[in-house]
Amino acid sequence: MTPDLGSADAERFVVETRRFPLGWFAVAWVALAAAVLAGVTIGPASIGWLDALRELVDQIPGVHIDSGLGPAQAAIVTKIRLPRVVLGLLVGAMLSLTGAAYQGAFRNPLVDPYLLGIAAGAGLGATLAIVSGLGTGTGLVDPVPLAAFAGALIAVVISYAAGNIGGRSTVSLVLAGVAVASFLTALQTYVLQRHSDVIREVYSWILGRLATSGWGEVVLLAPYFLFTCVVVLRYSHALDVLSVGDEEAASLGLDPRRVRAIVVVVASLGAAAAVSVSGLIGFVGIIVPHAVRLLVGVGHRAVLPMSILVGGAFMVFADLLARTVVSPAELPIGVVTAFVGAPFFVVVLRTSSRRAW
Amino acid sequence: MTAVLRAVGLTVTYGTSVVLDDVDVEVGGGRWTTIVGPNGAGKTSLLRAIVGGVGHTGRVEFDGVVDLSVRARSRTVALVPQIPVIPPGMTVVDYVMLGRTPHRGVFAAESRRDRRVVGDVLNRLDLVRFADRAVASLSGGERQRVVLARALAQEARLLLLDEPTSALDLGHQQDVLELIDELRHESGIAILATQHDLTLAGRYGDHLVMLSNGTVVAAGSAREVLTEANISEHFGAKVMVIDDDAGPIVVPVVPTSTS
Repeated sequence: MTPDLGSADAERFVVETRRFPLGWFAVAWVALAAAVLAGVTIGPASIGWLDALRELVDQIPGVHIDSGLGPAQAAIVTKIRLPRVVLGLLVGAMLSLTGAAYQGAFRNPLVDPYLLGIAAGAGLGATLAIVSGLGTGTGLVDPVPLAAFAGALIAVVISYAAGNIGGRSTVSLVLAGVAVASFLTALQTYVLQRHSDVIREVYSWILGRLATSGWGEVVLLAPYFLFTCVVVLRYSHALDVLSVGDEEAASLGLDPRRVRAIVVVVASLGAAAAVSVSGLIGFVGIIVPHAVRLLVGVGHRAVLPMSILVGGAFMVFADLLARTVVSPAELPIGVVTAFVGAPFFVVVLRTSSRRAW
Repeated sequence: MTAVLRAVGLTVTYGTSVVLDDVDVEVGGGRWTTIVGPNGAGKTSLLRAIVGGVGHTGRVEFDGVVDLSVRARSRTVALVPQIPVIPPGMTVVDYVMLGRTPHRGVFAAESRRDRRVVGDVLNRLDLVRFADRAVASLSGGERQRVVLARALAQEARLLLLDEPTSALDLGHQQDVLELIDELRHESGIAILATQHDLTLAGRYGDHLVMLSNGTVVAAGSAREVLTEANISEHFGAKVMVIDDDAGPIVVPVVPTSTS
């Protein structure tokens, strides 16, 4: 039997089919496209944006147009700049998406994908690989990303195992993450102190960089990116339900602990993969989802895909600054994301009428 | 007729303390049962045990069926908590839409039927003008109606209300209770509510259960349960009960000071 509610009302309120910010999505797509085009156009070798655009279109399978670029210029676009732009896009999208997922799963706007020790674990892994001399890259695969990835995952597993003992509270999990991160950072600092000759190399890794050699890093990261996107986006309604707390979520038919475990584990996997190829790029995982919420509201159905687009665009622009401001040298991209992102965020915060948290 | 809810021998322990001890409760279709009792008597724990929010022993049957799955239970029983968690920034329409989760499933998109039910509930509860407002920006009375709307969107046959009027002024208390009474007459939804205002408890509903120290100490009509003796013994309160036509009126007695 179905309660019949208010069917006698003459003027009935109709819930709109699409309570979905399509306009903002269009803006985000345009921003992303502009970022990609700027990323492949701007650099030491001058290439016209229209030629670069033609060259990009020419890359689409089945499409053949003449870009007007010589072979050397075409190679700069497709073999040097484009891989780096795509890598930045994937890393930025991944850090933003996993940040939004973590914030939803923990019902806390201040957590980021590094919460459960990913940064510290990856830092320790990378440091050990560099210190042991494996990082010189003589083998088939670069061992530094692999060591960073392993370190990050081990940190998450320890945090989860330690934090779940306390029972239902997410606070115990957060505290466990803090403890694990501190412990691993201490280890890493100790190792670094004993091998001061590699401090420069380790710090350059820690501050983050998107230097690529061809498409290798993109190919490594792409499967994790796709997997994380598919799973996390699938949980967008579950994260909305989770926002009323575990007990009420359970009364709505959700298993909150299971949802949280799946989202956190998958997001951690994605964030660890991103960190292992890019180093520790801070700030993006907190600020991008926040800015997105101020624009489109708190529903995860909009926040998660918007975070992917905005995070990708933001990182490509940040990398553009990182490699042009002090050209031919490069700034660490982590410095740029914070230096540009923080003031931008304050502006968004001050001018927005929405209260997201 | 099968009872919508039949709980038998319900026992809840937190650590070593027994907060609910062998409690039986039954609610028939379209009936309203009110639980009264002093603070710490186990009222909220009883509701939480029924909705599965806390571990318990004993048997909980919905429509004669034991051990419903989490999802099937969420289609049968809806909960309005005493202090609901209001997600910052969430709009009224999205919040009420959460109540459709038991029907749409976690991974499916909202259906036309989901939107129709939410629209109907917002109409019925006079919340249309707040549809796009953030729930957190509403007043206490409006917010209580929004939480009630979410529960109604579940289209459950049993509604659990934990102190539905505790945060409201007298006028809004009446509004909410009248609304709930109308809804159960319209739709046949059964109500199990806790209530600490004893006079209000006697005015609304068909059946009263008094809990004290985790056990049922009295059950029956308002006149049978709300006696000066019961209230004095279990609430430790000095009261006078006035027998009004509409139900007992419970008035605190102020000890007269020696002049």
